[in-house]
Amino acid sequence: MNSVISMAYLFSAVMFILSLGGLSSHETARRGNAYGIVGMAVAIIATIAGIASGAYLLVGIAMAVGAVVGLHLARKVEMTAMPQLVALLHSFVGLAAVLIGWGGYLDPRVNLEGAAHIVHNSEIYIGVFIGAITLTGSIVAFGKLQGLISGKPLMLPARHWLNLIAILACVVLGAQFIPAEVGSATIINLLVMTSIALLLGIHLIAAIGGADMPVVISMLNSYSGWAAAATGFMLSNDLLIVTGALVGSSGAILSYIMCRGMNRSFVSVILGGFGSDGGEVAADGEVEGEAVATTYDELADDLKNAGSIVIVPGFGMAVAHAQQAVSDLTDKLRKAGKTVRFGIHPVAGRLPGHMNVLLAEANVPYDIVLEMEEINEDFPETDLVLVIGANDTVNPDAVEKPGSPIAGMPVLEVWKAGKVVVLKRSMASGYAGVANPLFYKENSRMLFGDAKDSLQTVLGKLTPA
Amino acid sequence: MIIAIPKETAPGEARVAATPASVKRLQALGFDVAVERGAGEAANFPDAEYEQAGAKICDSAKDCLSDTGIVLKVQAPDDGELDLVPSGATLVAFLKPAQSGELLQKFADRNINALAVESIPRISRAQKMDALSSMANIAGYRAVIEAAHNFGRFFTGQITAAGKIPPAKVLVIGAGVAGLSAIGTAKSMGAIVRAFDTRAEVREQVESMGAEFLTVEIEEEGSGGGGYAKQMSKEFIDAEMALFREQAKEVDIVITTALIPGKPAPKLWLADMVDTMAEGSVVVDLAAEMGGNCDYTVADERVVKSGVTILGYTNLPSRAATQSSTLYATNLCHLLTDLTPEKDGQIDINFDDEAIRGATVVKEGEITWPPPAPKISAAPPQKKPEPQIEVEPAPEKKTTPLQYVAFWSVAGALLLALGKSAPADFVAHFTVFVLSIFIGWQVIWNVSHSLHTPLMSVTNAISGIVILGALLQVGATGSFLVTLLAFVAVLFASINIFGGFFVTHRMLKMFRR
Repeated sequence: MNSVISMAYLFSAVMFILSLGGLSSHETARRGNAYGIVGMAVAIIATIAGIASGAYLLVGIAMAVGAVVGLHLARKVEMTAMPQLVALLHSFVGLAAVLIGWGGYLDPRVNLEGAAHIVHNSEIYIGVFIGAITLTGSIVAFGKLQGLISGKPLMLPARHWLNLIAILACVVLGAQFIPAEVGSATIINLLVMTSIALLLGIHLIAAIGGADMPVVISMLNSYSGWAAAATGFMLSNDLLIVTGALVGSSGAILSYIMCRGMNRSFVSVILGGFGSDGGEVAADGEVEGEAVATTYDELADDLKNAGSIVIVPGFGMAVAHAQQAVSDLTDKLRKAGKTVRFGIHPVAGRLPGHMNVLLAEANVPYDIVLEMEEINEDFPETDLVLVIGANDTVNPDAVEKPGSPIAGMPVLEVWKAGKVVVLKRSMASGYAGVANPLFYKENSRMLFGDAKDSLQTVLGKLTPA
Repeated sequence: MIIAIPKETAPGEARVAATPASVKRLQALGFDVAVERGAGEAANFPDAEYEQAGAKICDSAKDCLSDTGIVLKVQAPDDGELDLVPSGATLVAFLKPAQSGELLQKFADRNINALAVESIPRISRAQKMDALSSMANIAGYRAVIEAAHNFGRFFTGQITAAGKIPPAKVLVIGAGVAGLSAIGTAKSMGAIVRAFDTRAEVREQVESMGAEFLTVEIEEEGSGGGGYAKQMSKEFIDAEMALFREQAKEVDIVITTALIPGKPAPKLWLADMVDTMAEGSVVVDLAAEMGGNCDYTVADERVVKSGVTILGYTNLPSRAATQSSTLYATNLCHLLTDLTPEKDGQIDINFDDEAIRGATVVKEGEITWPPPAPKISAAPPQKKPEPQIEVEPAPEKKTTPLQYVAFWSVAGALLLALGKSAPADFVAHFTVFVLSIFIGWQVIWNVSHSLHTPLMSVTNAISGIVILGALLQVGATGSFLVTLLAFVAVLFASINIFGGFFVTHRMLKMFRR
C-alpha cells in the first residue's frame, strides 16, 4: 500500500510541475490549472485512503467547511482585491504549517533516537518558525492592502536590533530545544519561540511600505513554500518537500523580478521603505517649470487626433476601479482604427502581474498588453501616452538624474512620446517620495480627478461625434 | 471688471484677441467681456458666437472701451484708440516696447498699465502664455505655404507616367520656433529640408524635425540668453556666408528667420546669393519687419529680382487669422489666469511673478521696461565637455574560476558533512528537495510576466498540500490536542486548495486574445 501511495505522490508532483509549466503561456495556462487540480485530488485521495485511523468524518467536516469558505472567498473577491486574497491565503499556509509542526511535536507515536531525533526536532523547529513568520507577516500584509492598517512603514526605534535580538533568541532557544528529550521542559522553548516568531512576522512586514507589497507578497509566497517543505521533512513526505520547494523557488524568483523592477536589493526592501534613512528624499525635490492642466475636451481631441496610443496603468487605476472605463475607451479607439497598446511596469500595482489581471477582467485582449521591455523602444513613435495612476514607474529622473533616489530603476520612458497626458488626483509624489519631472515636461498635460470619472467623461465626449 | 475686445484697427490685421471659447474662460475668471461688433469677423468668429458665449456686443470702439478695466488687443493701439481707454485700465497687446518709447510714455502719462506680450520671459513656466512663440509657429507654417504658393513646382518628389519630379530643396536659416515650424511644414510636404543656426544647442531639435543641420567649421557658441542668438564674430560670419553661397546654387526655397533682440535683423541672404539662385526660386523673409535678412526684401511686399520671388510679408500670422487668434486668445487667457489668482475678476500685477514682471512695461504711470534679464538658457556652458548623462554601468562582478572552485568545494564539503551526520532517510529527502528547487527555478522563469498573479494564486493552492501532513495526524495519534490542531490545519489548508484553484480558474478565464 505504501508504495502505491508513494507512486500517487510522484504522479501529483509531476502534475504540479506541469501546472506551473503551463503558466508559461496564455494558451496552456488553463490546462496548467487543471493539472494542478488533478494532482491535488490524487494526493488527497491517496492520503485519505491510506489513513488507518478511520477519522473520515472529521476530515470530511474540516474539508467541507474549508471548501465552502474557500470557494466563497474566491467567487466574491474583486480583481482589485486580489493582493489581499493572496496575502490571506499565504497566512493560512503559515497557520497550517505551525499547527502541523506542533502536532508533530506532540505526536506520542514518534520515538526517535540520536541523530534522527535531532533532525526531527530541527525540522519541527524550523517549520514552526517559518510558518509563524508567514502567518503573521501575511496577516499584516493583508491588513495593509485592505486598508485596515496604515500603509506607511512602521519605524520603531532600533528596529533592526529588535529583529536581530528576536532571531538570536530563537537560535538560543532552538539550541536547547533540539537535542532535548520530548516531553521535558523544552515545550516552553517551542512555545516562546512560536510567540517570538509571530511577533517578528508582524514587525518585519509592518516596517515595509505599501508600494513594496509586490515584493513582500512574493516573499511571503516563498516563505509559505519553505514552510511546506519543512513540514515535508518533518513528516518524511516527499510530495510536501517537492511542492514546498517549487512554491518556495517560485516566490523567490518573483521577489527577484520585483526587486529588479525597482532597482532595489532584496535586503533594502526588507529593511524598510524608500528614503527611510531621511535626507535623500528632500534632495533634488525642486523641479523647474509648471505642470499644465488639460481638459476633458482637449484630451478627447488628442485621442481623436492620435494614431498610436499607449496606456500606462498603475496602482491608481486599481484604486479608482477604472479598468472597465479603460477597456471601454480602448474598444472605442480600436474601433476607430487606432493602435492602442498597454505598457505594464513589472511593479505596477500591489501584486506581480496585478495590472494584467485587472485588464483581463475588463476584457482587454492580452496581446495588446505589453511588458516594459517590449514597449519602451516604441515610445518615440507613439503619438499619445495616457498615464493612469502611475507615478514612480514613469519618472524620467530614474534615467536622467544619477543622484535621484530612484536612479537606475527601469522605467517606462513615456516622455519620449509625442504627448503625455497624466490622469492623477493631485500633484502628490509617488511612493518613493520624489517629485516627478514628467509632469513638468513640455509635452505633458495633467488631467486631475478620479481616473474612472475622467475617463468616462472623455468617453462621453468621443461618442456623439 | 470688464474686459474689452475692440476690433483691430491696423491695416491688414485680421486677428482678434479673444475667441468665443476664450470668452467663456475669461468669464470663469470672474470677468465680464465686451466685444466690439465685427471684431472677430476677419478671423471667422461671428458676433453671434461671441454673444452665445456670453459676451456683450458693442456697436463702436467707444462703447466697448468706455468703462473697461482691461483691454485685450493684438496690435498696439493708435492714438485715437488710446484716447478711448479709460485711465487706470490695463492694456495687453504686442507693443514692441523696444521700438516704441513714445507709446510707453503715453501710457505712463495716461496712467494706463501696459503689458507687452512679447516681453513675457521665455522661461518654462511662462510657456503657456508665450504668444510670441505661438505666432512664430504660425509664421513658420505660413512662410512655407506662401513659398509654395509662389513656387512653380511640387515640394515632394514623384515619379509619374509623365516623368520624374525632383523634390524641392528648402533652406531654413534660424531654427527658432518659426524656423522649426517651417522645417516641420516643409518636411511634411515632402521637401528636402536643411537648416542653419548659430546656436549648436538646436542641432538636435532640427534633426528631430527631419532636417539636415548645416554647420560651419568654426567653434563659437551663438546662444545669447533667453532663447535668442547673439551677434557673431567676423570669421564666423565669413564662413557662414561661404556656406550660404554654396547652398544658394542648390536650394529652391529659402526661409530666413534670423533676429537679434533690439537690433536690426542681420543681412544673411545677400544680393549675389539671390542672383545665383535658379529662376522661380522663392525667398521668404520672416525678419522683414526688422529690416530683413535678405538684401532685396521690401517690408510687406512681394518683389521679383533676377527671377527669384522675395516675400517680405510682415504679418504672416494674420494670414492664418483663425488659427493665430485661437492661439493668441488662449495665451492671453493663461496670462489673465496668472493675473487673477483669486479668480474674482480683479487683476493683480504682481512683480514677484517673473512672467508678469517681464510682461509689464508700464505700471501705475511708470515705465518699467526693460525688465531684469532672464538668465535661463538651455545651452551648456562652452568649453566644458558634455555632462555625462549616462550612468556608468557598475563594473560587472566577475567570478573568477578560482571562486567557482572555492564555492563548489565549500558546498561539497558541507554536503559531505551533512551526509556523515544525518540519517539516510533525511539524505534521501534532502536530495529530492534540492532537485525540486532546481526544477522550480527552471519552470518559473518561463512563466509569462502577465500571468504572475495566477502563478501566485496557483502556488497558493498547491501549497495547500500541507493538508497531507494534517490528514495523517487527524485522529491517528490518540492525542486529542493533536487531532484538534490537525483538524484546524485541514480546514485552513482546504480553504487554500479550493479558494486558490477556483480563483486561478476565474482569472485565467478572463484572459482573452
